[in-house]
Order: sequence, then structure tokens, then C-alpha cells
Amino acid sequence: MLVSYNWLQEYVDLTGVSAQELAEKITKSGIEVEGVETLNDGMRGVVVGHVLECEKHPNAEKLNKTLVDLGDGNHVQIICGAPNVGKGQKVAVATVGAVLPGNFKIKKAKLRGEESNGMICSLQELGFEAKLVAKEYSEGIFVFPEDTEIGQDALNALGRADQILELGLTPNRADCMSMLGVAYEVAAILGKDVKLPQPKAETTSESASDYIKVSVDAKEDNPLYVAKVIKNVKIGPSPLWMQARLMAAGIRPHNNVVDITNYILLEYGQPLHAFDYDRLGSKEILVRRAKQGEEIVTLDETKRTLTAEHLVITNGSEPVALAGVMGGANSEVSADTTTVLLESAYFTGPVIRKSSKDHGLRSEASSRYEKGVDPERVRPAAERAAELMAKYAGGEVLESSVEADSLTVGPAVVSVTLDKINSVIGAELDMKQVEEIFAKLQFETSVDNDTITVTVPTRRGDISIEEDLIEEVARLYGYDNVPKTLPIGASTPGQLSPYQQKRRVVRRYLEGAGLYQAITYSLTSREKATQYALEKREPVQLAMPMSEDRSLLRLSIVPQLLEALKYNLARQNDSLALYETGAVFLKAEEGDLPEEREHLAGAVTGLWESHPWQGEKKPVDFFVVKGLLEGLFAKLGLESRISFKGAEIAGMHPGRTAQVSLDGAVIGFVGQVHPKVEKDLDLKETYVFELSLKALLEAETAPLQYTSIPRFPSITRDIALVVDKEKTAGELQEIIVEAGSKLLKEVHVFDLYEGERMEAGKKSIAFSLKYFDPEKTLTDEDISKAHEKVLQAVKEQAGAVLRG
Amino acid sequence: MQERLKELQAEALEKVAQAADLKELNDIRVAYLGKKGPITEVLKGMGKLSAEERPKMGALANEVRDMISGGIEEKQIELEEAAVQVKLAAEKIDVTLPGRPAKAGNHHPLTRIIEEIEDLFLGMGYSVAEGPEVEKDYYNFEALNLPKGHPARDMQDSFYITEEILLRTHTSPVQARTMEERQGKGPVKIICPGKVYRRDNDDATHSHQFTQIEGLVIDENIRLSDLKGTLDVFAKKMFGADREIRLRPSFFPFTEPSVEMDISCKMCGGKGCSTCKGTGWIEILGAGMVHPNVLEMAGYDSKKYTGFAFGMGPERIAMLKYGVDDIRHFYTNDIRFVKQFSVTE
Repeated sequence: MLVSYNWLQEYVDLTGVSAQELAEKITKSGIEVEGVETLNDGMRGVVVGHVLECEKHPNAEKLNKTLVDLGDGNHVQIICGAPNVGKGQKVAVATVGAVLPGNFKIKKAKLRGEESNGMICSLQELGFEAKLVAKEYSEGIFVFPEDTEIGQDALNALGRADQILELGLTPNRADCMSMLGVAYEVAAILGKDVKLPQPKAETTSESASDYIKVSVDAKEDNPLYVAKVIKNVKIGPSPLWMQARLMAAGIRPHNNVVDITNYILLEYGQPLHAFDYDRLGSKEILVRRAKQGEEIVTLDETKRTLTAEHLVITNGSEPVALAGVMGGANSEVSADTTTVLLESAYFTGPVIRKSSKDHGLRSEASSRYEKGVDPERVRPAAERAAELMAKYAGGEVLESSVEADSLTVGPAVVSVTLDKINSVIGAELDMKQVEEIFAKLQFETSVDNDTITVTVPTRRGDISIEEDLIEEVARLYGYDNVPKTLPIGASTPGQLSPYQQKRRVVRRYLEGAGLYQAITYSLTSREKATQYALEKREPVQLAMPMSEDRSLLRLSIVPQLLEALKYNLARQNDSLALYETGAVFLKAEEGDLPEEREHLAGAVTGLWESHPWQGEKKPVDFFVVKGLLEGLFAKLGLESRISFKGAEIAGMHPGRTAQVSLDGAVIGFVGQVHPKVEKDLDLKETYVFELSLKALLEAETAPLQYTSIPRFPSITRDIALVVDKEKTAGELQEIIVEAGSKLLKEVHVFDLYEGERMEAGKKSIAFSLKYFDPEKTLTDEDISKAHEKVLQAVKEQAGAVLRG
Repeated sequence: MQERLKELQAEALEKVAQAADLKELNDIRVAYLGKKGPITEVLKGMGKLSAEERPKMGALANEVRDMISGGIEEKQIELEEAAVQVKLAAEKIDVTLPGRPAKAGNHHPLTRIIEEIEDLFLGMGYSVAEGPEVEKDYYNFEALNLPKGHPARDMQDSFYITEEILLRTHTSPVQARTMEERQGKGPVKIICPGKVYRRDNDDATHSHQFTQIEGLVIDENIRLSDLKGTLDVFAKKMFGADREIRLRPSFFPFTEPSVEMDISCKMCGGKGCSTCKGTGWIEILGAGMVHPNVLEMAGYDSKKYTGFAFGMGPERIAMLKYGVDDIRHFYTNDIRFVKQFSVTE
């Protein structure tokens, strides 16, 4: 809502309160003022002049040479290019030395050999937004009404010596979508009175009911409809001050009748509509829901197809307006209109909201109806409009109004105790202070002991329960006056859940190991949603996505991380290690929420170790990333329950990818991205992993228990086994562990040889086996016995031969 | 014989003094003190001596031996010391060359902000509650006093999946779910961080995905002043002890009264500048007293219980705190951006 400081003064005395101060006060006690704009900021030297002579420029087809009386005794020659300039006009003249928006200084000039002492201005040149300029002046200069006094400041005459407060209204404060509403608010803040307009129009002996009959079928949507008839109107421009106020509030002037309806909309917050009575095609107004498939052409020349969810004003048979949203073209007020049927109605929010939404039409009227108008202003607004039409359109107002009234909305009566007010706010107000606050709001109150009962005017439809009253008290008492305390009460342990704690451990570990945390989007394209998914499912799809790229919820994180790598590589960031923890979304039964599973994913590319001046450059490989994960599993106490197994996964390198299982159940994968995918994404060799974090963090682990430090020495035996190339280290290790007695405490690979000294199709893997007994020092005999079993097992189960 | 021994002593010590390295010194040791050395040779003639002279000569011989071996030992220490010096000199390095970088990644800035806030409230007895990112319309809107057709639903255009299921537009549904779980019992003290989604075109100030962190306290006798005090603690911790807060009336369907919290502008100290658009204040978060409808819907007796709630955007806080100028940075994961948030403040 754009509020003119000057206009507001008609309703509230603002003496001694500048626009800036007022803005601060309003912000602090209720409504955020998002800005204060001075309309003539940075402009000067523009006066109203009188075009005494106007003829074609001798040397230029499109220019005119004018002689303009500046009203100060000076007559100056001005060259003007506007097509609509003409003798006798009163115009805005930027005199030599004037400054226009954008610090544009007007200088004496010669145009095609003719002297020009200033510039005749269009409204756009004076800082008006083009869309607010009335159509007749949109392509040329602005022409003042004939009775405008010359020599005066043109910006003043255009109402620009004013400041505009831009209110950022929250949906509950629809009452401030009107000057009167803002006036009540400001009056409450300043402790002043509100001066309401007192509409009074002389009426003719004819009665409106002789002209029109009003009935409402859809009483729920339209509890009150008031029609007035004004005849013998003369359509013309509205008074300059009215046009100025409309433009300052963001509304384009049209003609006197339409401008008056818009003016009342701004003043009372009550939307009005003026029909050309003679074009209605009947003497009847019937308000009803539209019929399925019924059509109307609205004022914007658009044909709209209606349904029974839309409310229409009809002439008894045909729709003449889309109620509360926009009038119909068939009954529009035009230059020939002589009799106006004026509608002032109370439509309820939901039906207007539906029409507005379905037709993509948001008008000044619909936005007010949607949020709720004041039913008590329906009649005064009609009276006031009629008064102005008599005054500024020469109309004759017919006696009384024709109404269809089934209104039941009245003022809300709400009670609250002083104790409740104080205990919610945490302050110590007395009843007198509370009464004063409601008096400032002009709410009637009565006090009974500790209870105050408030009659809330219908203009404040947002107040209906005691908490609403408490808010009014709190904001006008001032939040600055509320003390700062901390909650008193039973203390609660503040702690993370075990899951949350472990998740932090995972993050710390990965970061400590050199990975950077990424956060990517959950919404993605169809292709990426399913790529690398641990579980193949149809992804969850948005009903109305904004774009193809963000239309489905991801089933895996890796594609998003690859995207992040691609982004970085394109910016010369070439050694990268990212990880992310976040949800993936698994579609559930129709009507159920999808299952959200937290995953952990990572992507690493480029150099892993690099120390250039020592000549070290070690690119990432499979074992770097696997090592990271092994460290993580150890950190979580799960290393002995995890297994890696070669796997083929779409999009992954078939020979460099492992499936990761926890207690035998697959929980993820690790490996190199398929070179084809790398090429498609412009990536270099890239390793990724994705695991179910949920599975890792929810796996039950034994509580931490100390094991005594061995007192007896351990003995290590190394064996090099020659096996077929296809045999994996994992298989051999499993056999060794299985066969090793309880004395075998550790096994690890310490060498791998696949060189030319090996027989074809063979390789040698060397293991180091560590034996010890916590009870005694082992003898050679003890170990040999255990070790022999191992050798036997690898020979039998894997065909392994000890390398000589 | 005596003279011969003295001569040998002088000769040996002279050679020791001139020895250039440990090897030469060792050769001297072998030459003079060895079994085949001249002293042994001299002592072979002892048989010719008288019984009286013999012990004297023996003592003298031992003295000479001791002198020589003492000299050798001294020289050895000297030479060893010199050798160490040579080695050290040879091992000298340029200590200004760069060290080997230790592996260390770091948090995303949003996690940094969220964990900082979590830790502050954990210390005040709150726990961290989480909930689904895909929500039922009921928890996202209806349970929060936003029935279907409510005009405030316009404020946050949403991504729907079906008519009843959508991507949550705020983390408030976690509050609704937590309250429902507690079955009308207090106290509730939670902080709810998480991702949320709204139908916005991504630009410098909008993101269709962003994060929120909300707090909720429900108990008997929770007051607006408690909210103000709690927010004051929060603001001073996050933005500095010299910051002031101000509450302004606002509107949220799930709180009544509703407020917005501003902090005094760091740039101008409250005088007004371009950062705070001349107001001296910067908007940080929305808050309020939990609406009785919300309490009642979750099974709380609104006559007995009151509560406060607040919610903020970690992106906004990070942007203000670290001067980040484009919200998209949080989601493109440019390593040059993320790396900047490794420093401990």
C-alpha cells in the first residue's frame, strides 16, 4: 500500500511528525514501512506555462516552435517535439536552469537554428511511471486543465510535493489497504482522532428502485449488494488533484467516473464498480455463481470461460462482471455514458480468491476482497462515490439505494483478563494502561474487575480471540518496553541424539581426512534422479515443476556431486574432494510420504597428495577412497562387519568398483566413474562413493570395552602365495582368517607381484600374519601348528602355492 | 728404557694431535697401544731390569699408556664433535620452503552456522528435532493454523507432489510433529534445522531450496519476555555482544502475537547506512507466541500452556555475518567458496 503523507493529513493531524518519523513509528508498532519516497526529489524549476503561439518549426518537420508565457512576465520561445502540443494549452515547462530526474539540467539550446529556452514536459519526464500516465498523454506532453493558474510550480500542481510511505502489509492487516484504515492506525500510534469524510449528496426525486432491481442468489458469497444510480453524468477527466493522488498510489487515471471508483477504493478500501446503465440490457442485477462453460469478455478484452466456482454479476441472464475481480466489456463506462449504475458490494474472500487465481487476474479490487473488506463501509463508500460523481461528473444522484442484504457479520466481542495479558507479555501493565490502548484504537471497552471486554469494529477483522487483543496491547505498549527474561521451569537435558552425534563424527572424520562438505539440490532431472541409485525405484515427481532440471526428487547424491565437480573443473579448480550427507527419496504407496533415507556420498578427482617442490604428485586412486571409507568404518566400530566385493554398476568402471556390505547387506558402493561418463561430463579420473548413512549410523554396536594390552610378545610370519590372477586378496584373506586359530590376531597384505617373473595367469600376494596368545609366550611349535592349518587351507581352497 | 717410553709418549701424543680423522686416530691407537706396539716391545726388555726397577718401570709404562689413551680419547671427542658439525652443516635446509600441506577439508558454511546455533541452544537445554522434507499438507499448513484457502498460503508458493503432499516450505512441521508426539505434555524445548523448498526462481537473493532453523518452547508460563530474552542471547552470541535487538510486530498464522527481530546494524552502529537501508536495523528472524489454535490442534491445553517459536534462515545469517553477496554460492559448491569457511573465529 502506497500512502501519501499529504493525503493522510486530511484524516489525522500530523503536525510536528515528519514523514520519516511517522514511518519509524508505524514500523515499530505494527506495519513495516519499506520505504519513504519524496516524489519531487531532485527536481526543480518546472512551472505551469501558457502556450501563446504554436507553429511548425521552419526547418524541422516534426518540431513545433512555441511561445510560452511563464506567468512571471516572461514570454519565451521553446521548441517542442510533442505531437499534441497546441496553442492555448497550459503545460509544464522546465525552464532554463531546471533540474529533472536523473540530474538532467535544462539549458538554453538551438534546435535546427531556432532558439529554445526550456522544455515542455511529459509526465514521464517529470518522474511519473509510464504505466500510470493517462492514455491521452502517454505519447506526448501533459496538458493541465484550463483553469490552472500559470506561473505556479508545476510539480506542486501535480501533487508531487509529497512523500509516499510504502507499507509492507502482512495478510492480517488488510484494514490498512485503505487511507481510512491507515488513518486509524496512525491515530492510535499518535494518540490523535480520525476525521472521517461525511458524504452528502443532493438527490433527485426519482428513486433508484425505479431504475433497478437487485437480487442475490449466492448469499454466502455476497451477503450485501448496494446499487446506486447516478444519471446525467458527463464523462471527462477527473480533477487534477484526484488524478495526482491516484498516480501517487499507483493507479492510472481514466475518466472522472472510473477515477472516482478507484479513489474510493483507496480511501475506504471498498472496491466499487461503475456500469453503464444503458448498456446493461435490462433493469436488473442478479448475483449468482456462473454456469459451467458460461463466458464473459472482461474489461481487458479477454474472453473468459467460467465454472460454478466463480461468482458473476448478471443482468438477469448474461454476466456483466466477474464479481469482485473485473467488470465486463459489455457494460463498460465509456465517453458516451450518461447513467451510471454504481455497485458497492461485500463479497467474501474464498470465492474471489478462486476467480482471481483461475483467471490469473489480480486487481486492486480482488486483492482487497481476498483478504476481507469492512462490511460497515459498503454503504458509506457508495454514498461518498455518489457525492463525488455529483460534484466532479455533474451527475444527479437518485434517491436511496437498492440493496440485497443478508449480512450477519457484526463486531466481535472479546474478553481478556489483565492477568492473562501480563502473563503472556511478561510485563506489569495496569487496567488503566490497557483501557487507554484500546481507546487509542477506538475500540469500545467495558471493565469488570480483572476482565476487559472489547467490542472490535468490523474494520479490524483480524481480531477475534484474546491473543489478538494481547497483541494489540503489546504492540502499542511497545516491544521496546517488554523486559528480557529467560524461561523458568523444569530444566531439560540439551543433547544431540546418538544418531545426530554420530553424524557429526562422520562429518568431522571426512573433513579431517581432506574432504569438503557440499550441499546440493534435492530436485533434479529424470536422468540424474535415478542414476547411481542404490535402490532402483521410480522417483518422486513434482506435480508442477518449474523446470525439467528440477522436476524429481533424487534417489542418489553422486550425480549432484559430479555436477559440482564439473562446475569446479570449468573454473580451474582441478583437485577436488567433496562429500555430502543428505536425504534421498524413495517413493511409497500412493498417498503415503516417500521414505527419506539419509545417504553419505563423496566424489574425489585430481591430485590426492601433492608437494610440488619435492616432486610429489599422487593422483587419487581407488585405494585412496577405499582407505577413507575403511577409516570411517573403523571410527564407527564397524570395520569387521563391512565387506567389499567387486561389482558392476551402471555408470561405474566395471573393473574398479566395489559393492560395500554391512553384515552381508549391501549398503553402498565405491569406485571409479565410468570413463564414458567422465568424458560426457568433462571430468578427469574421478572416484565416488555413496552409502546409506542411515544403515551405518543405526547399526547397533557393542559398548566400548577396554582390552588388556598384551604382556607376551607376538610373532609374525610372512607368506607369499602364488595364485591365479582372478583370485582376490579378499578371498584369500577370508580363507586365512577362517583357518587361523584364535592365536591369529592380525592379517594384512604387504606385497603384490604380477610382474614378468610370474608364470602366465598367476600373481603373488604376500600376507603378514601376526600371532599371539594373551596368556603366555608362544612357542615355535604352537605357531607352526596354527600356521600349517592356514597354509593347508589356502592350498586346498584357493590352489595357492607358497612362493619359493 | 725410561727415556724410550717418554719418547714414545711424546711421539704418540704429537701424532694424536695431528690426527685428521677418526680412522687416523684409530690407526694411532693400534700402532702405539696394540699388542704389537712399541710400548709392548719396550716392556719385553723388562726382564733385564732389577726387581726394584721392574715395578717402577711397569708403573711408568702404564702411565705412558694412560697418557696416550687419554690423549686419544680427548682427540676422539674432538673429532667426533667436528664430524657432527660437518654433518649438520651438510644437512642444512631452507626452512622457508613451504611445508607439506596436511589434509583438511571443512564444513559447508551453512552447516557451520547451523551447528553454531544448535550448540548454543543445546547449552540452554534444547534438543535437536528433525523431520521429513516431503510433508503432508496437514503438518506443513493445517496444523499451523493455515487451513486450505488461507490467504497466507500465498506467501509461500509450494512444490506439491499430490494435493496432500508437498515439499515442506518451512521447518515448522517438525514443531507440529514434535508437539503431537509429546501428547500435550511440557516442557518442549527444541531446535529444528533442515532444508526447505519454495517455488522461486534462483537468483542472487532467492533459492528454490534453502535451509531454516526454528526453535520452539512450550511450557506453563512461557512469556513474550522469555522470547525476547532468548533472542537477545542468540543475537549477542551470533553477531557480537555489542549488538542490540528490537522486536517489531509482524504476522505469522501460527503465532499470536507475532514479531520480527532486528539487530542493530554493525556497519553504522545504528545511525543508518546503505547496509541497513538507512534504518539502523537489520531484519534477522520471525518469531512469536504460539497461536492457541496450533497448541490445541497438537493436543495442548492453551489455557495451561503457552509457548514461543522463532525461525530464521541460515543463508541470510551467513550472508550478513560473512558478507556473502549471492545466495547461489551456497549451492554451487565452488571449492574456492567452501574453503573460506575453514577458519576458526
